[in-house]
Amino acid sequence: MDNKIRMKARDVNFYYGTAQILNGINLDIFANNVTAIIGPSGCGKSTFIRLLNRMHELVPNARLEGSITLDGSDIMADAVDPVEIRRKVGMVFQKPNPFPKSIFENIAYGLEINGTRNKQFIEDKVVESLKKAVLWHEVEKRLHDSALRLSGGQQQRLCIARCLAIEPEVILFDEPCASLDPISTHKVEELILELKKVYTIVIVTHNMQQAARVSDHTGFFYMGKLVEFGRTEDIFTRPREKRTEDYITGRFG
Amino acid sequence: MKAGSLRVIEWLGFMALRACMCFVVLILVVVFYDIITKGIGIISWEFLTQPPLDGMTKGGIFPAIIGTLFVTIIAGLLAVPLGMGCAIHLNEYARDNGLTRFIRMAIRNLSGVPSIVYGLFGVALFVEAAHFGTSILAAGCTLGLMTLPVTITASEEALKTVPRAYREGALALGATKWQSIWGNVLPYAVPGMLTGAILGISRAAGETAPILFTGAAFFLPDIPNSLFSQFMALPYHLYIMSTQHHNIVLVRPIAYGTALVLIVLVFTLNLAAVMLRYHLRKKGIAHGQ
Amino acid sequence: MNRRIKEKIIEGFFFLNGIIVIGILVGIFVILVRNAWPAFHDVSIGDMIRWPNWNPDAYTTPTYGVLPMLMSTLMVTLGSLAVAVPVGIGAAAYLSDVASPRVREIAKPVVEILAGIPSVVLGFLGIVLVGPMICKLTGRYNGLNAVNGSILLAVMALPTIISLSEDALGSVPRSYEEASLALGANKWQTVINVKIPAAASGILAACMLGMGRAIGETMTVLMATGNAAEFPGSFLGPVKTMTATIAIELGEVAYHTTHYYMLFVVGLMLFIITFFINLAADVFFHKHTRAH
Repeated sequence: MDNKIRMKARDVNFYYGTAQILNGINLDIFANNVTAIIGPSGCGKSTFIRLLNRMHELVPNARLEGSITLDGSDIMADAVDPVEIRRKVGMVFQKPNPFPKSIFENIAYGLEINGTRNKQFIEDKVVESLKKAVLWHEVEKRLHDSALRLSGGQQQRLCIARCLAIEPEVILFDEPCASLDPISTHKVEELILELKKVYTIVIVTHNMQQAARVSDHTGFFYMGKLVEFGRTEDIFTRPREKRTEDYITGRFG
Repeated sequence: MKAGSLRVIEWLGFMALRACMCFVVLILVVVFYDIITKGIGIISWEFLTQPPLDGMTKGGIFPAIIGTLFVTIIAGLLAVPLGMGCAIHLNEYARDNGLTRFIRMAIRNLSGVPSIVYGLFGVALFVEAAHFGTSILAAGCTLGLMTLPVTITASEEALKTVPRAYREGALALGATKWQSIWGNVLPYAVPGMLTGAILGISRAAGETAPILFTGAAFFLPDIPNSLFSQFMALPYHLYIMSTQHHNIVLVRPIAYGTALVLIVLVFTLNLAAVMLRYHLRKKGIAHGQ
Repeated sequence: MNRRIKEKIIEGFFFLNGIIVIGILVGIFVILVRNAWPAFHDVSIGDMIRWPNWNPDAYTTPTYGVLPMLMSTLMVTLGSLAVAVPVGIGAAAYLSDVASPRVREIAKPVVEILAGIPSVVLGFLGIVLVGPMICKLTGRYNGLNAVNGSILLAVMALPTIISLSEDALGSVPRSYEEASLALGANKWQTVINVKIPAAASGILAACMLGMGRAIGETMTVLMATGNAAEFPGSFLGPVKTMTATIAIELGEVAYHTTHYYMLFVVGLMLFIITFFINLAADVFFHKHTRAH
C-alpha cells in the first residue's frame, strides 16, 4: 500500500545562529500521500517544512546539516537553483497571502514569472486551477476583482489555486487552516484529499483531528526531534512512544 | 496634598504644555504672515518672468526660478535612483554583517553632516577635482549628495511596509528574488519611496550653503545654456538681496517677493508629496494585514 | 544557469549602490582631511588654539585662532537649546498626552511645515523681523547678534526635537501609564513622573540631534549674527560662527593658500563634532529602543 518515496530527509540538523532548531530528523515522504506533521508550537514543525522547498534561506544565519532529497537528488546542493526546487515543491502558508492584485492576476502571476506569454494558455490555466481548488463557482463572475475582497477561506483556496497553476509535484501546507473558520477548514480538507490523487502533500497542523482526517502518514515533532513517524492510523491508535500518546490524548501541548 | 490643589497643578501643567505648542504654532503664523503680506504686493507676471533690471533694483527673478529648478532636478536625478538602489540593497539583499552596519552608520552620519561641509566637499570634489568648475552640474551634484540620506531612509521605510508574505508568496511560486522584488515589492513601495524623495528634494531646493561656492551666481540675466554654466538660484538670490546688495532697504520688497516664491515652491513640492501619500492611503494599499 | 547569473548581476548592482554610499562618507572625510592637511604645516595646532583671534587678512602676520568661532558656535547653540529644549519637550508632551486626536491632526503638519522652511528664509526674517525687535527691546543700535541667531536656530531645531521626542513618548508602553493612573496619580503626575522619565533617553537623543542641526546650520547664523571677527563678549554682541566663517571666506579666498586650507580645517572640525553628536544620539536611541 505504501507508494514510492518522493522526498527523504536524512540526519537533518538545523540552526539559527547558535540555536539548534532541528535535531537529527529522518523522515520519508511518500508519493500521492498526505504526510501530516504534528507537535506543540515551537517544536520545529514549521521550520522543517520550510526546508523542503528551501524557504529557510530567506532567514539570515540559517545553517543546515544532513541531506534532503527529491526523487533521489539532493535539493540542497550548491549547484541546485532554489528557484527550480520551489517550482517543483509549492507552498501554501499559514495565513492566506494573496497578492493585492485581482483574482485572475494572482494565478497568472506564477505562470508569467515562469515565462509563459501565451494569453489563451494563461486564461485556460486560471480557470482550470480555480476549478481544481473548488473556488471557480464562487469567483467566476468577478475574476478581475481584488483578491483581498475574498473571505479568508476563499483567499486560502485562491492561494492553493495559485500554487496548482504552476503544476508543482509536491505541495507543502503550513497550518493552512490556522486562521479559517470550521466551514472553510472543511472545504480545504476536502480539497487536500482530492489533490493527493495527483500531488504529494505535506501538511503541518496543530489540529490532531485534522491530521487524523486527512493524512496517510504522521510525524510527531517534539523539541526539535522527530519522536515518532508512521502510518496515521498506527500513530493515533497504537503510538509506540509515551510522549506521542500524551500529546495526542491532549495531556500536554 | 488635597485633591483640589492637585487638580490646579494639573491644570497649570497642561496649560504650560499647551502654551509650548501654541508658541510653535505662533512662530509658523508669524513667518507666513510676514512673508505673505509683505511679499504678495510685488508678485506679478513680470516679476516671475523677467530677469533683474537696473542693478537688481527692479525687474523679476525669472533666472533664479529656472536655476533653482535645474539644480533641484539634477539633485533629484542623482539622489533618487541611488537612494532607492541603496535602500533595495539594504532591505532586500543585504545580510546583517559588518559591511551592512557600516553602510547604515554612513547613512546616519551623512544625514548629520552640516550643509556647509557638503559645500566644502562639493568645491574640492566637483568644482576642482572633477573639473566641473562652478556650475549647475557641480551645485546639483552637491545638493544631490546632501539629499541622499533622506531618500535612502525614506525608501527603506517604504520597503519595510510591504509585508513579508508578498515576498514569500512569490518565492514559493518559483519566482527568483528579483522577480519577487520587481513584481511584488516595488509596485507597493515605489509610491512611498517617491513621497520621501520629493520631501528630500524640496529641502534641497531651499538650501543655500551647498551652492554658495559650487555654482550660484550673483547676477546672470540669461538662462544658463549648459550644465557647466553658473546660475542664479532663489535661496541665493534672497541671501544676496538681503545682505549683499548695495541698497538693501530699496530692494527689500524684491527680497520679500523672492522669499515668498521660494516658500511657495518648497511647499508645493511638500504638498505634492503629502497628496501622493494621502491618495495612496485612500486607494487602500493596506497591505493585507 | 543563465537566470542565476542574471540574478547575481542584479544583486551586484544594488550592492554597488550601497558601496557608493560608503564611498561618499569616506570621500567627504578624506577630502576634508586632504585639503586641511597642508594647513598644519603652516599653522601649528597650538597656535590655532592659542591665538585669540581669526584674522587671515592681517597686514603683517595673519592669525588663525579657532577659539573665537568655536566659542561663537557654542554660544548660539546653547542659546538656541535653552529655548528649543523646554518648548520642544513641552510641545511633544502636549501632542502625545494632552491634545485630542483632532488637534493632533492639525498640529502635526504645523511641525512638519516648520521643518520645511528654508533656512535662508529664516535668516531673512532674522534681519527684517527679529533684529528690529531686539533693537526695540534692548535699545541697541544693531539687532544682529548671538541672541538673534539663537532664536532662529531654536526655530530650526524645534521640529527635530518635537517630532523625535513625541515618538519617544509614544513608544513608552501603555502599561506604565495605566499602572500609574491605577495607583491614583493624575494625568499630569503620570506625564511628569512616569512618561517623561521613561522616555528620557529617547528625548535626550532628540535634543542631541536638534543640537547637531543647530551647530551645522549656516544661513541663519550667517545672516543674523553680525559676523564680527573678535572674541565674542556677550549674547547681545555680534558673533561669527564656524559655519559662517566658511560661508563668508570660502567665496573670496585664493585656492590652495594657508587660508583656504584653514577653512577646510574648520570644516573638518564641524564634521567631527557633528559626527560625535550623532553617534551620541544614536547610543541614546538604542538605549531607548532596547528599554521598550
